[in-house]
Amino acid sequence: MSQNNDMSGDKMTGGENRSTPVDANDRTAAELVAERESNGTLYEHPVPDPGLEEHIERYSDAEPKVGDDIAKQITGMFIAAPVLAIAFIVIYFAVPDVTEGGPMVDFGPIQTPAAHLGMGLTLGAAVLLIGLGAVQWARMLMNDEELIEERHPARSSEEDRKATMAEVDKGIADSGISRRGLMGRALGGAIGVVAVAPLVTLADLGPWPTPSRRAETIERTLFHLATPEKPVRLVNDVTYTPIKASDMEIGQLINAQPENLAELKGTEPAERPEELKKFSYMNEKSKSAIIIVRMDPNSIRVPERRSSWHVGGIMCYSKICTHVGCPISLWEQQTHHLLCPCHQSTFDLGDSGKVVFGPAARALPQLPITVDDEGYLIATSDFEIPVGPSYPERKQHIHDKGE
Amino acid sequence: MAKPTTRDASTRGVDTAPEQEASTAAKGPRPFAKLESPVTALDDRVGLAALGRKNLRKVFPDHWSFLLGEVALYSFIICLITGVFLTIWFRPSMAEITYDGSYQLLKGLHMSEAFASTLEISFDIKGGLLIRQLHHWGALLFVAAMFAHMMRVFFTGAFRKPRELNWLLGVGLISMGAVEGFAGYSLPDDLLSGTGLRFADGMIRSFPLIGTWAEFFVFGGEYPGELIISRLYMVHILLLPGLLLGLVAAHMALVVYHKHTQFPGPGRTEKNVVGYPMFPVYMAKAGGFFFIVSGVLVLMATFMQINPLWQYGPYNPAQVTAGSQPDFYMGAAEGGVRIMPPWETYWFGLTWSWNIFIPGVGILGALFTGMALYPFIERWVTGDKEEHHLLQLPHQAPTRTAIGVAAIAAYFCAQLGGANDLMATHFELSLNAITWFLRIMIFVSPIVAFLVTKRICVSLQRRDNELLTHGSPSGDMERLPDGGYFEHHVNLSDDEAFTLSQHREHVPVEASPSTDAHGVRTKGGVSKNRARWSRFFYETDALKPSAEEIAEGRAHTDHENAEHGHGELTNDDGGEHGDNRELSNR
Repeated sequence: MSQNNDMSGDKMTGGENRSTPVDANDRTAAELVAERESNGTLYEHPVPDPGLEEHIERYSDAEPKVGDDIAKQITGMFIAAPVLAIAFIVIYFAVPDVTEGGPMVDFGPIQTPAAHLGMGLTLGAAVLLIGLGAVQWARMLMNDEELIEERHPARSSEEDRKATMAEVDKGIADSGISRRGLMGRALGGAIGVVAVAPLVTLADLGPWPTPSRRAETIERTLFHLATPEKPVRLVNDVTYTPIKASDMEIGQLINAQPENLAELKGTEPAERPEELKKFSYMNEKSKSAIIIVRMDPNSIRVPERRSSWHVGGIMCYSKICTHVGCPISLWEQQTHHLLCPCHQSTFDLGDSGKVVFGPAARALPQLPITVDDEGYLIATSDFEIPVGPSYPERKQHIHDKGE
Repeated sequence: MAKPTTRDASTRGVDTAPEQEASTAAKGPRPFAKLESPVTALDDRVGLAALGRKNLRKVFPDHWSFLLGEVALYSFIICLITGVFLTIWFRPSMAEITYDGSYQLLKGLHMSEAFASTLEISFDIKGGLLIRQLHHWGALLFVAAMFAHMMRVFFTGAFRKPRELNWLLGVGLISMGAVEGFAGYSLPDDLLSGTGLRFADGMIRSFPLIGTWAEFFVFGGEYPGELIISRLYMVHILLLPGLLLGLVAAHMALVVYHKHTQFPGPGRTEKNVVGYPMFPVYMAKAGGFFFIVSGVLVLMATFMQINPLWQYGPYNPAQVTAGSQPDFYMGAAEGGVRIMPPWETYWFGLTWSWNIFIPGVGILGALFTGMALYPFIERWVTGDKEEHHLLQLPHQAPTRTAIGVAAIAAYFCAQLGGANDLMATHFELSLNAITWFLRIMIFVSPIVAFLVTKRICVSLQRRDNELLTHGSPSGDMERLPDGGYFEHHVNLSDDEAFTLSQHREHVPVEASPSTDAHGVRTKGGVSKNRARWSRFFYETDALKPSAEEIAEGRAHTDHENAEHGHGELTNDDGGEHGDNRELSNR
């Protein structure tokens, strides 16, 4: 930028410039032809540059009265702004919030706490008036004659480049690096390795998803605690009440969870049974969410292998979409389709949870269920496959495309 | 400077040499005389005068489209200010508590501290809702203005040498700005933002080979864990704002160093800049504009509700709301993920989730990569090594404009995909049909947009040529004795004619022979590939008429007007002068 030192002297206004047009088109014809042939760029100016247009006086310049009026308007804005700012402070202290019993404004489409409205309106208007006043000042009253400033090429002058390179050479010579190259390279290498080494601490960002850790986390749900001897009841996911098979009607959908999730909610690990100590409520809830639907057994297709997984048309599927993991819940009773509201993957629960539309690539995992002596729905095992979205180490399974 | 209203002809010349200026100023009233001694004291210590002399009266050109970048900058500043306010009360913790605040409808509900403190800001901190909404609107405007600014720079060719580096800084700003926004709206831990994080988790998992590792490292274990909010908080209030500030500073410094580009016009050349001085005009205009942007944002925050998260409730991994959508700048990624066919493969014993990875990472990745590379592609095609400070009108670079519009068309299809469910319910259309339509249109629409845009641009070039050679129709119709009609044309003024004809043009280059006369391979020259791309870019451009053609055309118009047309309808030879240098028939 040092070349710009003289620039204030370069500036001209339109009137001066008009008589001496500036034309960037200052190449010789031979140069033009050569350039055109080499890179296909045409520079011709078929119409010569007439130079900057004459300045046209504004009304506010020609008529002092008009200018004075505009100045008054602008001054008015600058006076109104602090008045509004004071109003803002007054409203802050004087108008209580709605939660403290303050008033609401209900006016057409505006239904908002009066404090919020009053503060926003006064502050917004105050700030806006300062801006409008300043811009109006610049547009209407400040000198509006355009100036011309010469540009300088972005590059340094050849002289500066040479001088800089000479300085660099001197520095290199002083350092002695040209004779002791190995030392220099060693320094570069040392900085590189030493800078990278501390990055290793980032390896502790999270536990490593080794096969055994995956098996304990993303590859199982709370249902893994269910066994034929110690089954887990399916419970309503809001009330945690168990669900009786006989209470379900055809077409009904219930959002559910394993009953042992209730013991994780709002409890410290120390308060829980031994087997549940290491689990976290949110992590388990986000995997174990299930939906239970009852369909007319005659209208669905049940693969041979899954004939014992349902209770008279009552089936249980993972609620977590196999696409990116949204909880699915839009149920089309008649078609048995379940639609994910996030990306519209559609699964056919009457046909092994197969994908019938959308971006999901795999069927919804089905949980084998049965009933206990009291008629409540129970699970006696976990899902066959991991629920939720895919991950690289995930193994292909016959279940993936339905059966 | 003397008072504006009392300016006389001698001071209107404005840019007198500094010594003179000082002397004239000394004669008139000096409103800031009191500041002289502290300013002198400061200059004694840090030497401000040299800097001020160079920059106080720096000239900036004026155009409404140059304000777009300013809008982005000012929204960013608003976000910084309001963000500081929000951090005073926000608690970035995922610890589960039972809500006992003043919003009755959520009382007794299980929620994270992050969500509870956001409710506190919205309901219990006076002005908190206003500031929260101001922060969110500011963030949306920040990213939106960056998109608009980027399009202005692209379509006017402002990214050309010497500004390629500043373009890259801009690409960095817009991509980091989008991530910053995502991190921000994920913090309150409400049902909508939690759904966004669930999406982010699914997408991170889909990365080929490293997906599970990335997920465990980002979330500190399996989803959702207990760390992601505090980690995103660090990213949102420290890491990215720091980087953004650094890039903004570099971006602005380069604008000052290069001086702003200007639109063509009489007296505007590649070697000057025409406009108003920084002090006082831009100090008032740009400074005032900061207040205008801020004021409008405050009014938006007052009247336009945004992200009413008390209606969504706390995050619950077993729930989701239909119609859940991210903020608009993530819409293309969201839409791409929605319309992508279900492609997943099993190779080498591993799962490859193309259905998520390609659109989720690919769409915005392709956009930002394409943007970063474009200046260098065009530079290679044209072989243009000159500095450019005069902007191009979009139709003066038809292929570039067409490429830009094609990209916008594809982006728009992806963006629409993000609302396929809402379109289906609002317009009572089949969701599946919309999805299939967009699956096809995301490939077809860019092609159509490219062809149509290019034709429009070339037509506009021809119109310019027509104006240059025949003048513009005067609207003055005359009925001739034989019943025909004649419309008088008016030749363009020199100013208009120069503006329409001053631009540089490119013509396709021929590939140079790969061997010289002695059969030796030559180095340098034009490769066949470059020649091919050069044809693709410039073959159909309608080149401007030569000086002789313009002179001849103008004389012809004058002559026709004088002769009252000889009973011909005007322009039956239309295009003859304008188009005979056109290359489309080659």
